[in-house]
Amino acid sequence: MTEALSFELSRPAVDPPRLPEADVAGPGPADVLPRDVLRSRPPSLPRLSEPEIMRHYSRMASLNYSISENFYPLGSCTMKYNPVVNEAAAALPGFAGLHPYQDEDSVQGALELMWRLEQALCAVVGVDRVTLQPAAGAHGEWTALRMIAAFHHSRKENRTEVLVPDSAHGTNPASAALSGFHVVEVRSGQDGRISLADLESKLSPRTAALMLTNPNTLGLFEREILDIAEMVHATGAMLYYDGANLNAFMGICRPGDMGFDAVHMNLHKTFTTPHGGGGPGAGPVGVKSELAPFLPAPTVERSNGHLVLDHKRPQSIGRVRSFYGNFGMLVRAYTYILAMGGDGLSQASQDAVLSANYLRKLVENDLEMPHEGPCMHEFVASAHNLHEEGVRALDIAKALLDRRFYAPTVYFPLVVPEAIMVEPTETESRATLDSFAQAIKEIVAQAKTDPQGLRDQPKNLPVGRLDEVAAARRINAYLQGQSDDPVLRWKAPVEGAPKHAC
Amino acid sequence: MADRHYTKTHEWVTVDGKHATVGITDFAQAQLGDVVFLELPAAGRKLAARETFGVIESVKAASDLYAPVAGRITEVNEKLASKPELINSDPYGEGWILKLELAGGLPPDLIDESDYKKVTEAAAS
Repeated sequence: MTEALSFELSRPAVDPPRLPEADVAGPGPADVLPRDVLRSRPPSLPRLSEPEIMRHYSRMASLNYSISENFYPLGSCTMKYNPVVNEAAAALPGFAGLHPYQDEDSVQGALELMWRLEQALCAVVGVDRVTLQPAAGAHGEWTALRMIAAFHHSRKENRTEVLVPDSAHGTNPASAALSGFHVVEVRSGQDGRISLADLESKLSPRTAALMLTNPNTLGLFEREILDIAEMVHATGAMLYYDGANLNAFMGICRPGDMGFDAVHMNLHKTFTTPHGGGGPGAGPVGVKSELAPFLPAPTVERSNGHLVLDHKRPQSIGRVRSFYGNFGMLVRAYTYILAMGGDGLSQASQDAVLSANYLRKLVENDLEMPHEGPCMHEFVASAHNLHEEGVRALDIAKALLDRRFYAPTVYFPLVVPEAIMVEPTETESRATLDSFAQAIKEIVAQAKTDPQGLRDQPKNLPVGRLDEVAAARRINAYLQGQSDDPVLRWKAPVEGAPKHAC
Repeated sequence: MADRHYTKTHEWVTVDGKHATVGITDFAQAQLGDVVFLELPAAGRKLAARETFGVIESVKAASDLYAPVAGRITEVNEKLASKPELINSDPYGEGWILKLELAGGLPPDLIDESDYKKVTEAAAS
């Protein structure tokens, strides 16, 4: 059952909501705004009593789906459970009550946390320095590419191309393009790993960097990473690590040791800070010493036991985020690292890889497995085997919703047709993995006996199968001025006007 | 009916004297799925061969459109603005996209139907 809009629930008998008078001195709206934009009467907000509006929002909250309630098999996105201890630490008044303009001497604890988090992240990924400023993964990619550009510029080298594999996250070519580079695609070989021959043919004195995810988005470890690093460095280019898949080998191996020069980490993926709608994110970037002069200013430095923000960095690419990044996320990530310890982090990665391989094995006869296992922390299956029945990856994802599972990532990576990308993470019990595999088996069985029934799902959720084509066409028609219908369900009544004018 | 020539990027072109008609192939429309939007240039613009002239968007993907031949745009299929589904239902007929006045001959990288079929078979495998 869907919930009515608060406007639809509105009752004329209830007094309209009253906003408090402004409690700061200043000009009134009429003093600063032109007459034609001033309201002549109050806005027609919904009229509901407090219990009514409270119940309305609670009912909507109960329609939500979250990692605290259910399993999230979302490949390439590492939707980890967010431990409660993270929240307890972030809510400590000494952190939660800080003001960003406070004097350095009065925020030594916060600076200490940032300094220690930098040390911890340096140790996990094997780099010399880390900036905590970037507010998300793609922001981290862009920050690293700006540093790489500044590095080449400082050596008077004109390098204009960034190489990106065809299995890369879409943010990689986007970040490269936004940084002013030309994007050159490198092909995957038959085994799903980067083709060294193709890489060799694309590397040139124009190459600024190769952006690589390891394990790659197919959940496969790039075994030839040391050779790749040597080839890239031999041409004078930099090797960049997209940290989206860091959860596969924390505490087991380190991008820095593989030859990566710049590394971004997603605190909202690997280090359990809230993700998606629960964000904001945080995408710190680690660099080897030769890139360190270009780090965004300010950095946190320790001198004689005192912590200071160092703004005097002449080669810095400048600040990439206001104040000190998403500080609340830094507290949560540092709490997670301390709570887990080094051994705990490597155990988490081992369990994540074990979960993915266990689940892959359970469903390997139900869906196509385009690449040979074992996989790392995630695997990519294909619904191509259900082509004859007219069942697609999208239908499987929708049918999973009906069985109270969140849908896995579908149609990514692009190199696999009808891709279904699953990442169970380390926290799921065997019982959860078994029940997810069972759901896949039931869906595939139904695809063979009753494909139309499958295409009609979900049927048990507040909203059924959407007509995505009609929705996209109707909104495009409105945006292009070819239709007057903005495709909204509720239309505001025009006060004092005849009904049909709505 | 003039011969249809193809590009490896899945456009087609037919030529009648100096006049060329351009669209996307049946394979391309099937791969894209239901087309929901096209961003197209205005008539009068001059295109070089292989130049990007627009964007086609389906529920699955957005792709650039490339000019198979060089020329000046004489007409844009106005019907596509309100009926993008014509690309799906009739890609070689009512779903045409541009008409051009040819500048120069046909580029050497255009391929014929049998070679195009090989391209699509390789892409589908």
